[in-house]
Amino acid sequence: MSVDLKTLDVAAVRQDFPLLSRVLHGKPVIYLDSAVSGQMPVQVIERMTKYQRDEHTNVHRGVSTLSQEATDFYEAAREKVRRFIGAGSIKEIVWTRGTTEAINLVAQTFGRMNVKAGDEILLSAMEHHANIVPWQMLAQEKGATIKVIPMTDDGELILDSLDELITDRTRILGVVHVSNVLGTVNPVKEIIARAHAKGVPVLVDGAQAVPHLAVDVQDLDADFYVFSGHKLSGPTGIGVLYGKLAHLEAMPPWHGGGSMIRSVTWEKTTYLPAPGKFEAGTPPIAAAIGLGVAIDYVTALGLDRIAAHEHELLAYATERLAAIPGLRILGNARDKASVLSFVVEGIHAHDMGSLLDGEGVVVRAGHHCAQPVMTRFCVPATTRASFAYFNTREEVDILVSAVLKAIELFK
Amino acid sequence: MTDPRELYQQVILEHNKKPRNFGKLEVCTHHAEGFNPLCGDQLDLTLVIEDGVVQDIKFQGSGCAIDTASASLMTGAVKGKSVAEAEAMAEQFRGMVRGELDPATQAPLLGKLTLFSGVKDLPSRVKCAVLPWATLHAALKGEEEVSTE
Repeated sequence: MSVDLKTLDVAAVRQDFPLLSRVLHGKPVIYLDSAVSGQMPVQVIERMTKYQRDEHTNVHRGVSTLSQEATDFYEAAREKVRRFIGAGSIKEIVWTRGTTEAINLVAQTFGRMNVKAGDEILLSAMEHHANIVPWQMLAQEKGATIKVIPMTDDGELILDSLDELITDRTRILGVVHVSNVLGTVNPVKEIIARAHAKGVPVLVDGAQAVPHLAVDVQDLDADFYVFSGHKLSGPTGIGVLYGKLAHLEAMPPWHGGGSMIRSVTWEKTTYLPAPGKFEAGTPPIAAAIGLGVAIDYVTALGLDRIAAHEHELLAYATERLAAIPGLRILGNARDKASVLSFVVEGIHAHDMGSLLDGEGVVVRAGHHCAQPVMTRFCVPATTRASFAYFNTREEVDILVSAVLKAIELFK
Repeated sequence: MTDPRELYQQVILEHNKKPRNFGKLEVCTHHAEGFNPLCGDQLDLTLVIEDGVVQDIKFQGSGCAIDTASASLMTGAVKGKSVAEAEAMAEQFRGMVRGELDPATQAPLLGKLTLFSGVKDLPSRVKCAVLPWATLHAALKGEEEVSTE
């Protein structure tokens, strides 16, 4: 991998991804599904393999050299995350299994502590189920209600009424940074400032944002910022909850068990300070180390270069797909990241998905775990292409001809 | 693995475009709704059964081409058949798309419905093809709702 100062050397980058040389149905695989899960570069895969082969034992256990080594690698990865999102302290970085678990953790601790009967939880109309269901479960338990920030037909949040939607009963606001269906980049800094003006804390779902844009949680002033490793060129099974230290310190633990305690007697258990008190049991050590390497990898490529490359692909794909009669793009926000959802008149998204698969083109077809978004746009499902830094214009061309071929078949 | 295009034969495409027996029987003896939560396919099936025979059957709903064509062809195939025959066809159809029955030798009741046999190579789409038959089975058993999850 060599890195040019201005633009990505995509051909060189592609060499780092073994899956990209696979053949599907006799055709080279075109991976346009990074929003569902990113591919890992060999650097990540090899580092995790080395750990599993030569270095593995448990972390935070005992005095053995191996245990100390594993702990150092694991904690070094936490520091990489801290730097990557601009957090002030590694105490604010909690490992989770992913975005979903991170949101559940916040709902079940911070939420339980602060939400009472009659209170309100404010969410945006473009949330993933991961940022809806945990809050609904909490609301049901507490007798609270969920309110929704609406969006326009272009897929932009309508913030005119935000100050009215935030009432003196609002206990938390949850908003997605980048929509996984529409690609919309939400103005989270502004939303957070307006919520804070009324004393309301904000959780930002950054799962689709961190792979595409530089995030600084202190600049955003987010109370909680959550994301998954596997969308960031890392492995599955690891994710991050960033929380302001004051919040994390005030929150009770969630899961109980080993690793999260200071002392245990039959009478009483005391807990570690954050982040330890939220990390019960043996963590996914190799995955955490792998995520650290993934962060090194994208940082070396440069998020600004990644963003520029993906924006160019998105603009090109948008232009080409929009020119197809009967094809409608969902999500036309002014500020978008590399997600392109569309529907074609007379062709269900699942048929489109299967036919594109036959051409080697891997996309997501379905409701994208965002059924309220499907309902909002009156579609059962969409086909979604999502672009990563290793994709090319030629791959967009193959997507477009595969779509045209499907349309021809259904004529 | 076969090319998904092989499944999208003309018969399936044509039934998707112009589904037979589409609509709702206002007066019916049996009814069930089927859902495929994975893809949001939804099917509403109404039947008139007299003397143990399917006298009339209609479906409506929204789904993919595999689901719609399967429902269209199913309604045509079971109309005029006895309930026992319809159940036996459902059984064979399910066995075939799951790859458990050989369409050439082990699914004698299915006739042209064997053109769905290719679905077995697309595991993610088996539920689409089966949904109408699962809904039929539920209606015949007197169940109001069925999910292929």
